[in-house]
Amino acid sequence: MRLSHFDYYAPTTVADAISLLQSKPDAHVMAGGTDLLIKMRHAGLKLKTIISLKSISGLNTIAFDETKGLTIGATALLADVAIHPDILKYYPTVAQAARGTANVQVRNMGTVIGNLCNASPAADNAPTLLAMGAEVHIQGPSGKRTVPLDQFFKGPGMTALEPAEIVTAVHVPRLTPHSGTAYISLSARGQLDCSAVGVATMVTLKEKVCEDTRIFVGACGPTPIRVPKAETIVRGKELTDDLIDQAGVQASAEATPITDVRASADYREKMVAVLTRRVLSQARKRASE
Amino acid sequence: MKQIIELNVNGESYTVAVNPWQTLNEVLREEINLTGVKLGCGSGDCGACTVMVDGRAVSSCLSLAVEMVGKEIMTVEGMAPSGEELHPIQESFVKKGAIQCGFCTPGMELTALNLLNNNPSPTYNEIREALAGNLCRCTGYKKIIEAVGAAGQKMKEASERKTS
Repeated sequence: MRLSHFDYYAPTTVADAISLLQSKPDAHVMAGGTDLLIKMRHAGLKLKTIISLKSISGLNTIAFDETKGLTIGATALLADVAIHPDILKYYPTVAQAARGTANVQVRNMGTVIGNLCNASPAADNAPTLLAMGAEVHIQGPSGKRTVPLDQFFKGPGMTALEPAEIVTAVHVPRLTPHSGTAYISLSARGQLDCSAVGVATMVTLKEKVCEDTRIFVGACGPTPIRVPKAETIVRGKELTDDLIDQAGVQASAEATPITDVRASADYREKMVAVLTRRVLSQARKRASE
Repeated sequence: MKQIIELNVNGESYTVAVNPWQTLNEVLREEINLTGVKLGCGSGDCGACTVMVDGRAVSSCLSLAVEMVGKEIMTVEGMAPSGEELHPIQESFVKKGAIQCGFCTPGMELTALNLLNNNPSPTYNEIREALAGNLCRCTGYKKIIEAVGAAGQKMKEASERKTS
């Protein structure tokens, strides 16, 4: 099936891209195109105008700074995030999530930010970035702003972006000392398939006590969701196996999965408990290393 | 409106008139007649349309032709440029019986090239993971994985001979 007809623009600056978006309200931004073009070909999405971000120089930058942390630009490829030495060293679960997205070909075209902006509840790159307290850098007609990633997702396919705004980068702070992260997702066909359920966490330890944690569940609600009551169970307490089990049960109670083609609600609910348990003990291990 | 663009495919330059909605797959097959590039699912799942762009395996069904200006594109036809000697990967596919109907073969071989360029001695599981985005309807995966392993070995020996 062929793509329906559209006009194509490839501005070379973010400002030009924003002006184009303002002058063509029905235009759609495209980075890697691996989601957008599929929606146009197979899901009946008809667009009159596509504005590609790929010709904007510098937007594909992956930058790491010892104090500032990690910045991933809007057109940085999943494949490059997956093998970046600083990301592998300081943000292993960010690299793991990128590597676990789709297949080689799609990772060579698609972007982390594209995965976020599509705002699929199952987006593979979202849970771990949410757990690490990432924020998105947005540029639009009224200037620049920064939005915490946990306020960015508004519903399936919906984000906090206002008309003519573009996400230019995602920023991930450095992990505090004695912190560890973990992300596990399940899908019917290995990593190729969209995740049926996924859980990510960040744990900060002080001796054996869980000083802080953030736990996010993917594909079990209209957006990736935080499970605050499960966090409360472990926060400020010695992180024992027993407490981790309780947090898993609580996370499962807080998740609101539906039954769809990828898994049943019942299976998802059960797996949230299992995965929460596993990520918490993995993150505990990494935090104490 | 059609744009006149220049595409560099297999080391040769082609001037083509394309619409923005034409994919690289359509242009390679229909304008440049490189029909070694296949079209399967059209959604980046099957890998039949795989080509190399600037040394990376990508899905040509999800690439717009207008975005390919200034890039080096390689199709299966460019793997053995002389037309006489096969590329070690191709030779290995023939020898190991890794080809059945042949529809997935061009994509498999280019994805294998992408892997072996980055990792000359992949393990069995690394090969499986790298080829995860290439489906074989004849289900001849075992021979394909063996062929890629053998090709890697051969390419490594050839490059060691070259440097010694």
